[in-house]
Amino acid sequence: MMQDSSTKIDIRNLGQNYDGRPVLERVNLRVTAGSFCTIVGASGCGKSTFLRLLLSQERPASGAILLDGEPLPRQPTPDRGIVFQRYSVFPHLSVAENLMLGAEFTAARWCGRLFGAARKKARDDIYELLESIGLTAAAHRYPAQLSGGMQQRLAIAQALLKKPEILLLDEPFGALDPGIRADMHHLLLDLWRNRKMTVFMVTHDIHEAFKLGTRLLVFDKIRHDPHAPEAYGATITYDLPLDHTTALPDPDNLFAAPTSL
Amino acid sequence: MRIINRKLSRRGAIFLGALPFVALIVAYAIASHYRRLDNPADKLLPSMQAIADAFLRMAFQPDTRSGNYLLWLDTADSLMRLGAGMAVATLLALLLGITIGFIPHVRGGLAPFVASVSLIPPITILPILFIIFGLGETSKIMLIVLGTAPVMIRSVSQAVIDIPRELVIKAETLGASTWQIITRLVLPQILPKLITALRLGLVPAWIFLISAEAIASTSGLGYRIFLVRRYLAMDVILPYVIWITLLAFILDRLLLLASRRIFPWNHLAGESL
Repeated sequence: MMQDSSTKIDIRNLGQNYDGRPVLERVNLRVTAGSFCTIVGASGCGKSTFLRLLLSQERPASGAILLDGEPLPRQPTPDRGIVFQRYSVFPHLSVAENLMLGAEFTAARWCGRLFGAARKKARDDIYELLESIGLTAAAHRYPAQLSGGMQQRLAIAQALLKKPEILLLDEPFGALDPGIRADMHHLLLDLWRNRKMTVFMVTHDIHEAFKLGTRLLVFDKIRHDPHAPEAYGATITYDLPLDHTTALPDPDNLFAAPTSL
Repeated sequence: MRIINRKLSRRGAIFLGALPFVALIVAYAIASHYRRLDNPADKLLPSMQAIADAFLRMAFQPDTRSGNYLLWLDTADSLMRLGAGMAVATLLALLLGITIGFIPHVRGGLAPFVASVSLIPPITILPILFIIFGLGETSKIMLIVLGTAPVMIRSVSQAVIDIPRELVIKAETLGASTWQIITRLVLPQILPKLITALRLGLVPAWIFLISAEAIASTSGLGYRIFLVRRYLAMDVILPYVIWITLLAFILDRLLLLASRRIFPWNHLAGESL
């Protein structure tokens, strides 16, 4: 197979099992750099598993993921940022300290902590970032003292500290109010455009998936054994380019019975 | 209104909290009064006055034989043993707890061993300790360490395991090494839990301290109450028991206070005992 220079992620025949039970099977996908892939699907259809595989939090049971034509690193690395729905920021650090952590890990190899002038510089360096996510006034508060939306803004900012080329989001706005969610969409789209990242975002909200993505991936089980519902894993059943100009299928009808292979 | 929905005022809480203490003191006073009506020299339930006198004598009058102020000498010796034992146990809990909880190979190698050791009744080790380390301070401190460290190690390693995996992954994506994850994520996250483990460990630690002092010692709070037991000196034993309880209570509160001061983020959600 030819390796297209703009292919960021190339997934070949990917499969994953938990305790011998297939979760994902035969997933094939090519994603060009700068895509915004939104991932939807019923619960238990391997969306989060797919994201964990992209993050190297898990190793696939079969198949391979190539990143820029190379096999994916075996463990999480700074080239792939992650935002989880919960537990995304460090509860024992203030907002500013959460954002300085990336620089501290790089600069202070042994104690992982900066002091004096170096610390002051790190603090100045994050000022702009704090301003852009609107958390300047909350810089010294702990995450537990922030609203859900503020926490997720912090989590996104923190995931971008290392300037990752790939950003993974696992239902990042699932716990937020609709109004705040719209603000977050705006923030995320701005960041995506400015930084030219490749984004994979798992969501439960199909309208959100249509609104944000340039490409929509639907995970579902294509083979189904009524006597053994867990016998087969899920794969990508729909792969829709969303260029936001042509007419799109009605999102609410997307989960009609999938056609056979 | 249901009783579970009735709120307790601050005054009411103080009143209800004091009630059992007052009841105990009143019950004691009455029992003591009637016993002394029968026999003014009763030793089992001495009067409050006699208890206070004995306490003041132990605290502020030098011992006729040694010239020491016995209460303070006993307190200093006991707290030194307790402090040394708990310091070693805490250090072990940190070192082993974090590595067992965080590094799969260390967990595989040490977790079953620590779990087994924590099941040995520590007092059964005491004769062995006396044989190996002699009757001096080392064996008493070792008893406290062996009695408290395994449980503390287990609770610290459980606290490490309970750290959400998401946080560890997040640190990895920020480029942290294993050592940096331990110093910047694991250690700060488990320190409040370590203080909790220390507070819970102090309860058995006092038991081991008093036991070791009762069996082989020449000073200490445990030594004193078991010494004066021979003379049925309830007027010394009772204030000593209250004094030991008070010390244990103060230590516990100080640790809780320290935890709230040093780790404010850990006490943001909900109240803790």
